[in-house]
Amino acid sequence: MSTPASEALDRHATPWLFAAALATTAPHAIHQPVWLTSLSAVLLGWAVWLWWKDERLPGRWIIVLLVAGGCAGILAEFRSLFGRDAGVAMLVMFMCMKLLELRSRRDAMVIVTLGYFLLLTHYFYSQSIPTGVWLLAAMWLVTATLVRLHGGPASATRDTLRYAGMLCLQAIPFMLVLYLLFPRISGPLWGLPTDAHAGKTGLSDTMSPGSIAQLAQSGEIAFRVRFEGSQPPKQKLYWRGPVMEQFDGTTWRRYEGRHPAAKLETLSPPIRYETTLEPHNQPWLLALDAPTALPDDAILTGSLTTISRKPINERQRFRLAASLDYRFNPSEEPPVLRRNLALPDDSNPRTRALAAQWRAGNAPEAVIAKALALFAADFTYTLRPPLLGRNGVDEFLFQSKRGFCEHYAAAFVTLMRAAGIPARVVGGYQGGEYNPLDQYLVVRQSDAHAWAEVWLDGKGWVRVDPTAAVSPDRIETGIADALGAGEPLPVFIQMRADWVRTLRYRWEAINNAWNQQVLGYDPDRQREVLARLGLVDTDWRSLAIALGSACGLLVAGLMAWALYQRPERDPVVRLWHKALRHLARRKVDCAPWETPHALLQRVRAEQPDLAEPFQRVVDAYLAARYGNTDNPLQPLRDAIAQLPR
Amino acid sequence: MGIVATLKQKLFRWQSDGTAPLRLGQRRVFIVPSRGGLLYALALVVMLIGAINYNLALGHALVFLLVGLGIVGMIHTFRNLHGLIIAPGRSAPVFAGEKAHFELTLDNDRHSPRLGLELEAEKGNPVHVTVNRKKAAKLKIPVTAQQRGWLDLPRIRLSTRYPLGLFTAWAYLQPAMRCLVYPQPIAAPLPSGLPTPAGGERTGDGGQEDFAGFRERQPADSPRHVAWKASARNGGDGPLLIKQFAGGAQVELMFDWALTDDTLPVETRIGILTGWVLAADAADTHFGLRLPDATLPVAGGDQHRQRCLEALALCRP
Repeated sequence: MSTPASEALDRHATPWLFAAALATTAPHAIHQPVWLTSLSAVLLGWAVWLWWKDERLPGRWIIVLLVAGGCAGILAEFRSLFGRDAGVAMLVMFMCMKLLELRSRRDAMVIVTLGYFLLLTHYFYSQSIPTGVWLLAAMWLVTATLVRLHGGPASATRDTLRYAGMLCLQAIPFMLVLYLLFPRISGPLWGLPTDAHAGKTGLSDTMSPGSIAQLAQSGEIAFRVRFEGSQPPKQKLYWRGPVMEQFDGTTWRRYEGRHPAAKLETLSPPIRYETTLEPHNQPWLLALDAPTALPDDAILTGSLTTISRKPINERQRFRLAASLDYRFNPSEEPPVLRRNLALPDDSNPRTRALAAQWRAGNAPEAVIAKALALFAADFTYTLRPPLLGRNGVDEFLFQSKRGFCEHYAAAFVTLMRAAGIPARVVGGYQGGEYNPLDQYLVVRQSDAHAWAEVWLDGKGWVRVDPTAAVSPDRIETGIADALGAGEPLPVFIQMRADWVRTLRYRWEAINNAWNQQVLGYDPDRQREVLARLGLVDTDWRSLAIALGSACGLLVAGLMAWALYQRPERDPVVRLWHKALRHLARRKVDCAPWETPHALLQRVRAEQPDLAEPFQRVVDAYLAARYGNTDNPLQPLRDAIAQLPR
Repeated sequence: MGIVATLKQKLFRWQSDGTAPLRLGQRRVFIVPSRGGLLYALALVVMLIGAINYNLALGHALVFLLVGLGIVGMIHTFRNLHGLIIAPGRSAPVFAGEKAHFELTLDNDRHSPRLGLELEAEKGNPVHVTVNRKKAAKLKIPVTAQQRGWLDLPRIRLSTRYPLGLFTAWAYLQPAMRCLVYPQPIAAPLPSGLPTPAGGERTGDGGQEDFAGFRERQPADSPRHVAWKASARNGGDGPLLIKQFAGGAQVELMFDWALTDDTLPVETRIGILTGWVLAADAADTHFGLRLPDATLPVAGGDQHRQRCLEALALCRP
């Protein structure tokens, strides 16, 4: 294949393309299958080796074979060639293969465009500040590659990087204007592929021993809350997730059928707050108990869980209100009560026996007190409980006596049901950490919790948290204080030093600002911001006008900069140019090679009447330029003033 | 003049008489997206759809940044040509069939370099040039000389895609420059038994056979005739010396249009005459030239050769 000379790629431009390919594909190695990463690395290495040895690139049929093989591999791995992960894998593979086909500048343009495209794909996996910074740097590199491609060998590395940096910086005002004013559409435009929101963690809708303990080892943020007004005490913050009523001996599950509507009676003034949920792929909003006002697209279930109409699979903001003291379903339907008394027939005999013993002649309140006293006596709160067998509750209550919140909640509910008191497990989060820098309460996965709810006649469903009996610290300050040293919590949660904590607060406040202001810039927020800028009731037409005029202004400013000619610094040269402009008006142009004297000769021949005054200009110019006089400019100025118009 | 021609004249005309330097202004520089730019735009559209569909806030930001980069790239591509000063230079005569080289000077009075400039007079024969900051660059634009006579410099397309290659900016230049094209010489044996006006032998300075001593070199003497060894004596301080010969027969030739075969085409006959002129000049033989529209008396030297070739180039039989 021959390439025209102007399109040929110079040898020293190729390393830039390798660097650009590496910078845009390498971060995908974190989440891609190992074989694909290795294949890409081998292809890239091969291309570099061929370049180094100055050997011929592989023939067409080898490329075809490689493409076919790669596609087959991706098809086997992802069961599709489309969709998010398979698409990204294809792009990475094509990028590396294109390097083996790098012949002309046109191929190089394809690589650069692919590189820009690959930058976007990283945002599928993370949109944090470090990702943003890394990608900005990668974009700089790709742009520098483009500059190098078109500048040819004459562009030195440093100048290329500096020029590319300048181009990127000049593009930033356009980005800001477009980001603010471009009409936002809340996607998706069409159904997303099934893997669009893979890998998002959170509370699950079932509970078995160890499930919450596992979640609690993560320091990831589950949601952030900002209260309007003062913040309620921490021990009252129960964020309700799924309510689990069905027990099969090991696992607690939600009841899938219909609940009668919740009857809620609030006993304290509502607290208003805004919550920003991280995606967890479940419908519940983790509202504060008990919710009194809901956002439009949410509903309240019969078990008092606030759920959204579709799963939370991206970061979302909601405005809610809650009343901390409430009475919930004082009269409950018999089927619900029956369901909350059921236990598997043949499991946990010792627990049943104990409960039967407590039940005799005691009021439900007394039974609850007995159970909590039992936990408080000699139980340990730990993230690393021993494994439990078939009669898990028996083993826990009478042998191991070590457990995490889900053990206590499960054991307590089992005891209550055996004692004839309707009871159920509630999953959710408890507490949170208040960040003094940005006034947000941060709730992490490590705040995941399970507690119990019992139904008492006349009082309705009442929350009982058996963990509070075992480890009051857990509820009052947080998990890090409740657990002993050496528990498998994330290091930074365990670090208690003040400066570490301050640093963490600051980092999280920055991240939160990033999430709220930058990533959370949705159609609603756009409307708010535009209203603050004085653009009320915007439709797409007014936005387009605003956008067009803002961009137009920016272009005009940049054009003015681009076309501005810096005036000549030397006043003598400036005056000389003025004299030349006089001559040009009389149709005598000074050629670049002409000395003043040569020009004078020509003026004598072509415009004799100009010769005399121009002679004086030349003399004054030469005296000013090369002579040693005190005030060289004045004579030159006078001489020019005397040139005939 | 048709509308198109008038428009072209207005848009691409050279200032004044075409010999003065020209500064490229806004109205002379044109810009359109290149093929790479279209690919880039397509990629941005797909990326924007992806960002909206997956609700990627930073995806939006990246697409907008790249849109900004495209606009900035357009302005910089335009700026790479804008304000460039082009001055016509000279061009040396060539023989038909060779490449004529037109010299242009590109002057950059800006504080930033201009890279990736491409000048093209003939399709597929571009010249690439870089002009450093506050510097001028001289370059020669090759044009194939096919016919003898004056060759006008065709319209030059000055274009650039620097820095990002997303846009092509170009300007048309037509400086008034021309290059003389000598006829293509045809090798033919020198005509024998030519009548020489001087008639036979002469003694004195023109001879070539017997060494007769040295004389001082005059500026008109060819460096080939300098007696280097003799000049280098006395420490090389003296003037350069020329060997003088005496007694040799000085052949003088007269190349007459009529000497060529009149059955041949005109251009072939001119080619044959050109070949004779070159051969005689190479042999240091004095010669004259008689053409239908011009006659040059017998003489020798580079200037005479040039005059003869010029006459042949412009001959209209």
